[in-house]
Amino acid sequence: MTAKRYIQASTIAITATVIATGVYAAPSCGTDPVVLNSYFETGFPLPTELSKEFTKQFPNVTFNIKEDLFQTLMENSPRVLAGDNPPDLIRLPSISDLVKDGLLKNLDDYATAFGWDKYPPAQLAQNRVADGGSPRGEGSLYAMGLNYSMTGIFYNKALAAKIGMTKPPETVAELEDLMAKAKAANIPPIIIWNKPVVGLTFPLQNLMGSYGDPGAVNDWIFQRKGANINTPTNLTAAQHLEQWIKSGYFQDDINSVDYATAMSRFIGGQGLFLFNGDWESGNFDKQMAGDVGFFLMPPATAGGKHAAMSAPLTYGIGANAKNADCAAFFLNWVATNDAARKIDVAVGGSNPGGPVDLPMPAVAPGSVTEQTLNAGTTIAKDNGAMDFIANATGAIYAEAWTPTLQKMVGGREDAATMLKDVQDEYVKELSR
Amino acid sequence: MALVDGHRSRQVRISASVGKRTVLVAWAFIAPAFAFYATFVLVPIGMSLYYSLLRWDGIGKAQFKGLSNYLVVLSESDFLQILGNAFQLVVYFTIIPVAIGLGVASAIRNHLGGRFGATARTVLFIPQVIPLVAAGIAWSWMLASNGVVNQALSLIGLGSITRGWLGDFDFALPAVGLIGAWVLLGLCTMLLVTGIARIDPNLYEAAKIDGATAWDEFRWITLPGLRQEIGVCVTVTVIAALASFDIVYIATGGGPGLQTTVPGLEIYRLAFAHRQVGLASALAVVLMLLVIVCVLPIQWLTRQSK
Repeated sequence: MTAKRYIQASTIAITATVIATGVYAAPSCGTDPVVLNSYFETGFPLPTELSKEFTKQFPNVTFNIKEDLFQTLMENSPRVLAGDNPPDLIRLPSISDLVKDGLLKNLDDYATAFGWDKYPPAQLAQNRVADGGSPRGEGSLYAMGLNYSMTGIFYNKALAAKIGMTKPPETVAELEDLMAKAKAANIPPIIIWNKPVVGLTFPLQNLMGSYGDPGAVNDWIFQRKGANINTPTNLTAAQHLEQWIKSGYFQDDINSVDYATAMSRFIGGQGLFLFNGDWESGNFDKQMAGDVGFFLMPPATAGGKHAAMSAPLTYGIGANAKNADCAAFFLNWVATNDAARKIDVAVGGSNPGGPVDLPMPAVAPGSVTEQTLNAGTTIAKDNGAMDFIANATGAIYAEAWTPTLQKMVGGREDAATMLKDVQDEYVKELSR
Repeated sequence: MALVDGHRSRQVRISASVGKRTVLVAWAFIAPAFAFYATFVLVPIGMSLYYSLLRWDGIGKAQFKGLSNYLVVLSESDFLQILGNAFQLVVYFTIIPVAIGLGVASAIRNHLGGRFGATARTVLFIPQVIPLVAAGIAWSWMLASNGVVNQALSLIGLGSITRGWLGDFDFALPAVGLIGAWVLLGLCTMLLVTGIARIDPNLYEAAKIDGATAWDEFRWITLPGLRQEIGVCVTVTVIAALASFDIVYIATGGGPGLQTTVPGLEIYRLAFAHRQVGLASALAVVLMLLVIVCVLPIQWLTRQSK
């Protein structure tokens, strides 16, 4: 074949591909050796397990993995991304500020090339950021989720049987009734942590979703213009939480209890309910096999819609990353490859997301993981997914939710003042 | 006459050139240390001062904001509470260790040489050797609701007052203060015991012959004799209280509410977690000035006593 004819043939082949798939051939990792510069989160084996499987399938790609704790990641990510050798793949605690500083790669072209834009829009919404860093939830895509977490209420089956709980509550009132029964039976109704950052945002936001519109809560989290957390329905939610505190449904030392202590209390059978997320499902299946159940926060009225906090396990690509194409190919592979999706569920415990027509990997019947995955279907049907109120701004968790909710536990602040203080801090931070 | 004048002027010239050389040599000796001091102390202070006038996230474009960051630090009630917490810690970090240190030093004065003295000194110095982070972790376990402290209280019939001390609004700051007192006690005791060993024993003997009581000895011999060491102890512990970070970060994370949040912790959070480098720098500058304002009079008093 002469050079001219070769070029002609290639052009025809490429044109045919483009016509057939509707897009230009998607980026890939090629065949030359590639080392993906990766920055992962310590304590979460999922990305490393995925990287091993990826290298197995694409032997020319290896990973140079650096790990840090979540908080360190949060503090280091801007400087790491601004440095000489920005990561190809990075776990991102929050993306707004990074987008504002131009540190993250815009993934819109990849989304078109790989067909991510055909995924359910809600899956990608939390990783979209408007020009300039806010609001979030709209605009260009800057990150992808390795999987999508789900939150709700875990319960200890043995203790539930003791108070005669035969099925999950269908309304908030039923849930409160169960708590009262547990309290009367000397069983701590709710296990929670409240130090160094608060866990009470979990039940509070669950209550907000039960009494109000989860969309309005998302507007506030995404910093949409005029959004306010201090609304009548949120006040009702906060007043319920305050009542739970006053009724002694939480242990009275929670302001000195951290996450690890709370988890060991629940696993040790010291309490009935635990407000938490499916990242612990695998843990419960291993440590308390068969002893733990899960249900979504019930709505205020029977038959109402469910809402829950659900967020992607966010990974992005550095704006100046050397192997951006390969990193994007990896993110696409995680969402679409059978083996990857299996690892995603087995190791990560959460919904792998991806295209709607792909089947959910099988999990052990009756396991907690199965229950939390099923809950995802309910939330999708009810359109009740919310991001976390702790993620509204970079500082809102430490500067507003933590001190105000700790004060509420200590009886130093009531529900109305708490919401007002949080909104004031929110406005102040957005104006700085 | 002219000859004498010429001699004198040559002498002056010589001494001037010797003087010049001495100055040069002196500068040569100072230069390396000064270069380090300038690079790692003066320049960072200067940069902090500059940053404190900006609104900057540490990466993106900075905006000049004048003194507005200082206005925020000195007017917002949260920041004032945080600065107030640091001053409350002074009570625990300074008064308790210095008082106990003085007591211990006086008590073991007569047994300094013996095995008892050596053992006592070692035991009391151990907290100083333990890293602050380790001390913070150990104490937060001991002060937890099922920790040793509450177990001991229950054992002696005080079960009704047990609580998660570090999460209690009234007791969290004192509890953090006590951890600090425990850590700093070693340093104070060691300094004061060493100091008391240098006081002439004849003074105590003479006082005894004159019929002085133990209190008189303490008041008129030990205290004046230890004035410089007390000065050092107070200076170091006041700085430790105002600039505290490690113990608070580990034990309470600043909670509950803002009850134990101290400037050091807030500076770190503002700069690295919240990316408000300007505000963090302003708070750092205010903290530095407060430390200087508190420490200078202490230094001045100790110098006066010489």
